[in-house]
Amino acid sequence: MKIRLFSLAAVLATTAIVSSAMAQEKVVHVYNWSDYIDESILADFTKETGIKVVYDVFDSNDLVETKLLAGGSGYDVVVPTAPFLARQIQAGVFQKLDKSKLPNMTNLWPLVSERLAKYDPGNEYAINYMWGTTGIGYNVDKVKAALGDVPIDSWDVLFKPENAEKLKSCGINILDASDETFAIAMNYIGKDPDSKQTADLEAGGDVYKAIRPFVKTFNASAYIDELANGDSCISIGWSGDILQAKTRAEEAGNGVKVEFVIPKEGTYMWFDNLAIPADAKNVDEAHAFINYLMKPEVIAKATDYVQYANGNLASQQFIDKEVLDNPSVYPPEAVVNKLFTISPYGPREQRVLNRVWTQIKTGS
Amino acid sequence: MANVAEANPAPHTGGHSWTRWLVVVVPYVWLILFFVAPFLIILKISFSDTAISIPPYTPVFEGFGAIGDFFSQLDFENYIFLTEDPLYIWSYLSSLRIAAISTLLLLLIGYPMALAMARAPTSIRPTLVMLVILPFWTSFLIRVYAWIGILKPDGLLTLALQTIGLMGPDQQVQIFRTDYAVFIGIVYSYLPFMVLPLYSALEKMDNSLLEAASDLGCPPWKAFWKITFPLSLPGVIAGSMICFIPITGEFVIPDLLGGADTLMIGKTLWTEFFGNRDWPLASAVAVILLIMLVVPIMIFQNQQKKVV
Repeated sequence: MKIRLFSLAAVLATTAIVSSAMAQEKVVHVYNWSDYIDESILADFTKETGIKVVYDVFDSNDLVETKLLAGGSGYDVVVPTAPFLARQIQAGVFQKLDKSKLPNMTNLWPLVSERLAKYDPGNEYAINYMWGTTGIGYNVDKVKAALGDVPIDSWDVLFKPENAEKLKSCGINILDASDETFAIAMNYIGKDPDSKQTADLEAGGDVYKAIRPFVKTFNASAYIDELANGDSCISIGWSGDILQAKTRAEEAGNGVKVEFVIPKEGTYMWFDNLAIPADAKNVDEAHAFINYLMKPEVIAKATDYVQYANGNLASQQFIDKEVLDNPSVYPPEAVVNKLFTISPYGPREQRVLNRVWTQIKTGS
Repeated sequence: MANVAEANPAPHTGGHSWTRWLVVVVPYVWLILFFVAPFLIILKISFSDTAISIPPYTPVFEGFGAIGDFFSQLDFENYIFLTEDPLYIWSYLSSLRIAAISTLLLLLIGYPMALAMARAPTSIRPTLVMLVILPFWTSFLIRVYAWIGILKPDGLLTLALQTIGLMGPDQQVQIFRTDYAVFIGIVYSYLPFMVLPLYSALEKMDNSLLEAASDLGCPPWKAFWKITFPLSLPGVIAGSMICFIPITGEFVIPDLLGGADTLMIGKTLWTEFFGNRDWPLASAVAVILLIMLVVPIMIFQNQQKKVV
């Protein structure tokens, strides 16, 4: 018994030593979207600052918000998308940024910061990481075979039931992100995309109900591969995801040609942003990390890798010409002016929205 | 806990046997700590309202001083809402339907397997049991993912059928993302939970009963229905319950294998909790689910006691 007690004490003592040693090591816990950074950036950051990065990933805003609202998430830097960010700021999830620790803020792109201010008044809580659009990704040959030689530049391609019917056999996917899909549909039928009226939401839902019999899947991640390997031929999707599908198809050499288009009616513009939870334990390290990501060379590297535009104007000289000149990544000004943002949904509106969305998905 | 037990020895068991007392108390403490307490928390949240805050509901318990105010803010609003929208009733019914069909399929497949195992030579029985348990060595999630690879239109099943010529090169199996895929996934995943209780009931059976029946001229099929099946009934009931209850609340399998139109309460609960961030309503859905599953079991057990 004595021996056992002694060994137990030894174990406890070692644990104490180990954990105190760990406390001295500087770390930052980062929670970002999956496949959303060039991992060498993390290693470079550790090399330069001595701060270790514990990197964790997610694939849905809903999941992040639920973790943050439960409290004690343990993360120091989180990357929520704008409408979610606004609600989370309201709920008191984040702390104000200490701008004296973020000298690289001078590199930011005023246009993006301005639009982000709609969600974060005064840009007090968040720094934009990447932004992009939600458009149409399609398989060039299969869509041509189904619809004939028509220009693919409008939501009509998908939202007109006669077109959707022709595309049915080659596979239609609708992005499973109700807040964005409704805004797009309301904009398409000439209503305010930011409307929260039940009647407008239902009218938006009717756009999808009309094409529901022709839709094969509703997902927000598997569609990348499905487009790339030809399982589906058209999808509402995020710009960078579809460009990834394009790259994957080229790499696979399977003859599938994927293209992305921002429809002429305009579409949804979203922002993924860096923010620090109120209960973060490593606040200084979190600031250091965010500041590092605002270095033009660093964020340019991230953009080259993920093929999304960033909110850093100074970085543009370091970005690959091919990425910077791609109108799907950095749309020309005329297109940017057509992009819209939406404010967050309140609890009741969210319920109406998801209820209609469930009806659409279950086909009831 | 030991201190409490020593301080209050139960009089009828005698002072020397506090250990026996402990044996009785520990399961109750376990039950209260890990079942009753969480249930009460869920029950409380189900009477609350959503809020944009941490945590995302109100009121939050803030000490006994404000307890009157705390209770006055609780109401049945969420439960009333559940009855107003047919979505929830349909989800419950659809889950019960899928669970019932799956359990029946499990019985039909599991019973012959268990019977064969119980009738096998004693020397190979441990190997057979091992084979039934073997899939647990691989993560449940990975096994369900593997089914995607088999069932998807250009998956292994299509390939196999095309290779043996049962399907033309242009044809593809259309099972993935339908209810059929959900049934396949559920039956596959839950089969061990059905086979093992059946096996343990069948294995204990006295074979001389069957010999006696045969000596008296009873044909084998009749002997099965008159002797084997009634004696294995406890195993049938245990296996069915172990499968039916978790299948009703299943989320992973319908989410990965089912289509957008596969309606199950687990998915509805997920949307409430994550999509709508409505913890109170999600809690109400969970409470109803629990009542739906626990009450019939309790009635059933009470009846069993009366019969015995």
